[in-house]
Amino acid sequence: MENIAGTKSSLTWAVHIATVLLVVLWLFPTVGLLVSSFRTADQITGSGWWAALFTSEQNEVLRAADPDEARVADGQMYVVSGNIFADNDSPTDKEISVWGTSSREIAAFQAGQTADLGDGETLTLEANGDYVWRGTEEQISGRGQRMFITAEAPPEFTTENYVTILSGGSTTDNMSKAFFNTLTVTIPATIIPIVIAAFAAYALAWMEFPGRALLIAIVVGLLVVPLQLALIPLLKLHLGLGIGKGFLGVWLAHTGFGMPLAVYLLRNYMVGLPRDIIENAKVDGATEFQIFTKIILPLSFPALAAFAIFQFLWTWNDLLVAKVFLIDATGETTVMTNQIVELLGTRGGNWEILATAGFVSIAVPLAVFFALQRYLVRGLLAGSVK
Amino acid sequence: MATLNLTNIEKTYGGKVNVNVLHNINLDIDTGELIVFVGPSGCGKSTLLRMIAGLEKITDGELKIDGTVVNDVPPAQRGIAMVFQSYALYPHMTVRDNMAFALKLAKKTPQEIDDAISEAAEKLQLGEYLDRLPKALSGGQRQRVAIGRSIVRDPKVYLFDEPLSNLDAALRVATRIEIAQLKESMPESTMIYVTHDQVEAMTLASRIVVLADKGIAQVGTPLELYERPENEFVAQFIGSPAMNLLPGEVVTTGAQTTVKLAAGGSIVSAAPTADADKGLKVNIGIRPEDMVTTSGDSFAFEGRVKMTEALGEVTLLYFDKVGDNDAVIAKLPGIHRDLRGNVVRMSASPEKVQIFHDGQSLYYR
Amino acid sequence: MHPALQGLLTIIIGVSACIGYFYFSNQFLDKILLPAKGPKAGRNITRANQIRPWLFLFPAMLALGVYLAYPVLETLRLSLTDRDAGGAFVGLDNYRQMFGESKFWEALRNNLLWLIVVPAASTAFGLLAAQVTDRIAWGNVAKSLIFMPMAISFVGASVIFKLIYDTRAADTAQIGIMNAVWLQFEGGLGSFLFLRILPLLILLSFAGIVGYAGFIIGRPLWNGAYRAGGGAMKVGRAVVVLAAVWLAVLALRNVIDVMTMSFPYGEPQTWLTIPFFNSFLLMVVLIWIQTGFAMVILSAALRGIPEETIEAAIIDGANPFQVFFSIKVPQIIGTIVVVWTTITLIVLKVFDIVFAMTNGQWETQVLANYMFDKLFRASDWGVGSASAIMIMVLVTPILIWNVHNARKEMA
Ligand SMILES: Nc1ncnc2c1ncn2[C@@H]1O[C@H](COP(=O)(O)OP(=O)(O)OP(=O)(O)O)[C@@H](O)[C@H]1O
Ligand SMILES: [Mg+2]
Repeated sequence: MENIAGTKSSLTWAVHIATVLLVVLWLFPTVGLLVSSFRTADQITGSGWWAALFTSEQNEVLRAADPDEARVADGQMYVVSGNIFADNDSPTDKEISVWGTSSREIAAFQAGQTADLGDGETLTLEANGDYVWRGTEEQISGRGQRMFITAEAPPEFTTENYVTILSGGSTTDNMSKAFFNTLTVTIPATIIPIVIAAFAAYALAWMEFPGRALLIAIVVGLLVVPLQLALIPLLKLHLGLGIGKGFLGVWLAHTGFGMPLAVYLLRNYMVGLPRDIIENAKVDGATEFQIFTKIILPLSFPALAAFAIFQFLWTWNDLLVAKVFLIDATGETTVMTNQIVELLGTRGGNWEILATAGFVSIAVPLAVFFALQRYLVRGLLAGSVK
Repeated sequence: MATLNLTNIEKTYGGKVNVNVLHNINLDIDTGELIVFVGPSGCGKSTLLRMIAGLEKITDGELKIDGTVVNDVPPAQRGIAMVFQSYALYPHMTVRDNMAFALKLAKKTPQEIDDAISEAAEKLQLGEYLDRLPKALSGGQRQRVAIGRSIVRDPKVYLFDEPLSNLDAALRVATRIEIAQLKESMPESTMIYVTHDQVEAMTLASRIVVLADKGIAQVGTPLELYERPENEFVAQFIGSPAMNLLPGEVVTTGAQTTVKLAAGGSIVSAAPTADADKGLKVNIGIRPEDMVTTSGDSFAFEGRVKMTEALGEVTLLYFDKVGDNDAVIAKLPGIHRDLRGNVVRMSASPEKVQIFHDGQSLYYR
Repeated sequence: MHPALQGLLTIIIGVSACIGYFYFSNQFLDKILLPAKGPKAGRNITRANQIRPWLFLFPAMLALGVYLAYPVLETLRLSLTDRDAGGAFVGLDNYRQMFGESKFWEALRNNLLWLIVVPAASTAFGLLAAQVTDRIAWGNVAKSLIFMPMAISFVGASVIFKLIYDTRAADTAQIGIMNAVWLQFEGGLGSFLFLRILPLLILLSFAGIVGYAGFIIGRPLWNGAYRAGGGAMKVGRAVVVLAAVWLAVLALRNVIDVMTMSFPYGEPQTWLTIPFFNSFLLMVVLIWIQTGFAMVILSAALRGIPEETIEAAIIDGANPFQVFFSIKVPQIIGTIVVVWTTITLIVLKVFDIVFAMTNGQWETQVLANYMFDKLFRASDWGVGSASAIMIMVLVTPILIWNVHNARKEMA
């Protein structure tokens, strides 16, 4: 469009702005989770996560050090000095703008000013929190002087939540077991269907036999069968066969449920391979098995990769199949999606735990997604029924 | 109806590196002309056409239609219509809707639209296809719809980008004749036509523009280009097989010029030269079809016939290479298979002999 | 044994068993059963080649049969039996019981709502995203960011959106963006624009679009035009027209509500407990995920449109919007239908989002979650199966359509 003569640049701007809006809108929710996972519980409840990205103004009420311990004589007078933040175990990278000594006038003084507390008692507070409190023996005693401080705090983040989720914490919070369980479910459930489906796809694409068209139609039909239908009969079947609830059951179930898409996607791709190559190999004396392993499989790599990504994402993100076929009463075999749902129930308000757990669970799929996006797109294009 | 003036037109494609594809194009086109752009592939014919259409921005220079500068006028308001190589019919619209689309956008009344369509349909014999979708038409019919779509808009300038190149040979000839007739029926309309096909160019054009190396190599009527090419590029680009070029040296000057050829012979050309030109290193250009056999001692070229190709009405003689010249080709009327292997002397009448110095024709000095 | 080890072992055993099966069964066929030598070599080769496809297909067919085909039939059978009565055949009792439950009707109504809103919104946003990102330099980056939610699980997305919808007590800071934004409204001009006028415009344009679509599809019916199609086609058109009219009326009725409703300004809302409205909040999650999918497919389709038809339209005087709606969209209408049906299928099976966010409370029930409830909380396999069959019935038209298209493509 932009090379067309006489086009208004306002339209180009509109396109850019619309894109920015869309991207921001789509990114915003995830960023919220990410940012929250790096904040402490207090910070999360203290302000919205979007506020964490900027310096924020905080109001604090802090006390000078205990005069009975900290005061030093200075001639007739006594002095307590130190850093108000350090003395109160508050983060020190803040900058004080205004302060006061009574709750009614919290902005009575600028940073660096000296406050006259009457009868010669003075208090000086610098922007970085250093203070000097000076007065007579009587004045500098009892509890430390209160200060009402308004300070600018830079954004602050912590990785503590991740430590809790990954290695520490109670059994309900710790995700490492669920993480490995998820991995254990995912990898066999991704690889095995590929092997099985690849052979079938080859037969459906390049071998002549009666009933082929019908089989393909059945595969296309099964593509849309809701797996909800399969839950009870298969659970019964598994219980009947003695597989019960467990990893074997969930691997088998994922293999079965992933099969239509795998066969469909791989067949669509294999059909598109040039006939000449296959016929040439036949003339050269290759058996069907050799043609498949030596020619078709390597050439089908993009489709295999695409399906692998699909199946990986799908099994990693699955909740239903795991709930039905894997997770038993002991909870030993829980997966991350399930644990998060449970956290939502038990720790509904503890966003530092929830956000971190959520992010741990989506980190791997996101990494896979960004690394292998190309194949995913190709697979989507090949896989949507035309 | 419309004149076009191109002044110092420049085109540079931006991107990581800037690519200059057209440089300093000057061209004036009159009402009623049919201008054909030819040139080697990638020389910028389509680009120039698309700049006239407004589909590409003009980097620099000025384009006027009917005296108004239109550099920044959007395509739809330039009064042009374009016929694309791939026809570019809207696949989801019937033939009728394809033709009506522009008129509807222009808010014409249904009556006007109907009239325009039936007139165009009649002109192009499209009547019985009006309610079909493009996919139900043959290539030639689609091409006619594309032309019809431009006719209904009654534009000032028609632009064609290789409109016939997707058609087979027979249909191409037929459609070419249709376009010629169409042009005749609309003598006022200005047309610009891009093609690779020399026959199309020679038969349709009122003037041909040869583009080469970012610029215009020559503008002229088809016969001017054929008979008096301005430079070696045009000389070799127009005509098939290409014009023979033979190196030599000017020996006598005057109203006519005699050139002694490096390979031995000598020849007279009708190109005038001045005395100072004596000894000038030149290339002689003779079209294969202008070569005649001679038995006398004044010959331009002598060589052994390596191969003959008898095409029926003519015979092509391919000579052995002499020195590092390109192999000479001659085209003789009739059938001359027996010449193969013989040593033959060739000459040509002065009128037909071009002389080029530094690539430029001496006729144009 | 550690499950990870077990997993590794499974991969090794599973993969080598598969490959071993394929290798040795082929060997057996070629070397022992029907050797390609001796007097019957030719006939043996032919016969071996007739058997081989089935060797290749067998494991996949087994998986498909046991895990998908058999369950369909078995679920159908279960839906006609009663578990408590020892699996006795009870006819349509389960269905009758299900139809008598208000929760079921709520789930069905919500599912229909999802079915209209999610595919429509995802496709529309996807189309918009595809169009705007296609022509700008950083379009690919934008695309991959919009596409990203694809990788996020429904559960993960639910967590993400729960944070957005979070509610805190009135006097503390709101950490859910939705409430934070909501508290900015105080009933002034801004509130009027955003809470009255904007919804009004959305509702009116929705009613307009639906009405127009119904009009276009229904026109051949009352015009009596030859293009109306056969009997089934006519019925289909009539159904679409009725649905369109119903939706348009629904939208127009809501216009009044929106204009007259009094909003509780200044009070943080627990969004997910507001009936009807909360269903839309759940749909947003799925739309957020599916838009990327729609965008990727539609953007490929947009790129497949011949550039010259667009240029021809520009020369014909079409402005960018006319180019988009009259030239581009009609050319990719097939792809739009594919995207739409694919998302429809996903919507029909949606479970995780509802399960994780509201578990069907506050009138957000959908069929898949209703079924899960019946199966695993109420342990009522009969009604559970019946509701599974309901989902199957809803996807059947798409199933038939897909099979039909696939056969047409192969023929
Ligand atoms: N968008 C672009 N960016 C950079 N260079 C371009 C672009 N479009 C065209 N070109 C270059 O401009 C030159 C002219 O292209 P153009 O299409 O006008 O050639 P043409 O004369 O029509 O060739 P043909 O006869 O093959 O159609 C070519 O060298 C091409 O590589
Ligand atoms: Mg071109």
